[in-house]
Amino acid sequence: MTDVVILDYGSGNLRSAQKALETTGVSVTVTSDFETALNADGLVVPGVGAFSACMAGFNSVRGAQIIERRLAGGKAVLGICVGMQILFDSSTEHQDTDVEQTNWNGISQWPGVVEKLQAQVLPHMGWNTVTSPEQSKMFAGIEHERFYFLHTYAATKWILNPEGAFRAPLVTWTNYEQDFVSAVENGPLWATQFHPEKSGPAGLRLLQNWVDTL
Amino acid sequence: MSLALRVIPCLDVDNGRVVKGVNFANLRDAGDPVELARAYGQAGADELVFLDISASSSNRETTLEMVRRAADEIFIPLTVGGGVRTPEDVDRLLRSGADKVGINTAGLANPDLISEASRRFGNQCIVLSVDVRRSAEAASGFEATTHGGRQSSGRDALEWIVEAVERGAGEILLNSMDADGTKAGFDIELITKVRAAVNVPIIASGGAGKVEDFYPAVQAGANALLAASVFHFGQITIAEVKSELASHNVVVR
Repeated sequence: MTDVVILDYGSGNLRSAQKALETTGVSVTVTSDFETALNADGLVVPGVGAFSACMAGFNSVRGAQIIERRLAGGKAVLGICVGMQILFDSSTEHQDTDVEQTNWNGISQWPGVVEKLQAQVLPHMGWNTVTSPEQSKMFAGIEHERFYFLHTYAATKWILNPEGAFRAPLVTWTNYEQDFVSAVENGPLWATQFHPEKSGPAGLRLLQNWVDTL
Repeated sequence: MSLALRVIPCLDVDNGRVVKGVNFANLRDAGDPVELARAYGQAGADELVFLDISASSSNRETTLEMVRRAADEIFIPLTVGGGVRTPEDVDRLLRSGADKVGINTAGLANPDLISEASRRFGNQCIVLSVDVRRSAEAASGFEATTHGGRQSSGRDALEWIVEAVERGAGEILLNSMDADGTKAGFDIELITKVRAAVNVPIIASGGAGKVEDFYPAVQAGANALLAASVFHFGQITIAEVKSELASHNVVVR
């Protein structure tokens, strides 16, 4: 049976993610155990709340090492919400307001800075559409569905466009008064800014699409 | 395309059961929050709000168990409010599966609760629930109340809402006690004033009686529309509200 680990680093409620993943027929474990997270067929990195608080928890379970070793072995990782944001170089969240919180560096799987959205009403809260590339596996069958977003910060630029031997990542965009990156498929590393586990049947289908790659 | 306006049914729960009669066809148990939540999810609800009206702490434990069961099966966002007094209450609800937690009376008594909860759990999950009524003594013309609108908090509603947002509330559940139960439409004046004062999402609540009532609240600046009895009794369906909004070019799911 395919097994998926949800990385537990103290970030919010993981129960919904667990139950949603279980609908795809996989066995799901919520744990912070290094070896278990390393060896699972799939690893989900969740994350809610402030970037720096998430990063602190993530570092305390050696999250960057887990992800790097998994990717080196071609093993799947799915980041959700702040679990996506920490894959970038850094976030501007709290940098100007709270000098004590210094964990604004991400793990630099992707270049770029996670910034506050420029919109009249924030957080960006609710169901929004996506514009995904045609080759997307993540959105197969759900290209025109809406997904549930709950965030204030996002990557508004996509910088990594490798040539030659590398296959370019598939980048999905969403508009909320400005365009931002709402999902990425980059080899075994996938991520969504929205919450598939809260996006009804479309979200469950997305999780199924991911599980089908494991 | 853009963000869809949210339509949200609100369920009052006591001791793990939905109270206030619910008249839904094909429900085996209209008092079962999970079954109701599922029915509303299928009917197109964009989120669900559970308001815990339990008086005793043992009943609150039952509520947590109910939230767990609902979150295990219903994969849309759940907000739970009622009786939230401490950061630990917020933590318990979030761990049970709530995505957002509503803070009302205890926030008025202890505004630091909002600051601390927001710092610990993020502003995206802290909803300021405020029961507002008109008052000649309040500078804005509106005051915040407690005990379901029966008692004055002594605070100007607009001033309190602005303070709560500064402290980290990520959304306002704006209940008009003047409009509540009248079925005469949402409180447009109140929504307009709050929209001008804060830039977090506003859930308008109180006064919905017919489908035509919903669009004016959107025009006034609401980002989400909440109703209880008109949905529960089947007087209006969520689909009817959405089709009415769509006819005014409001984006809905």
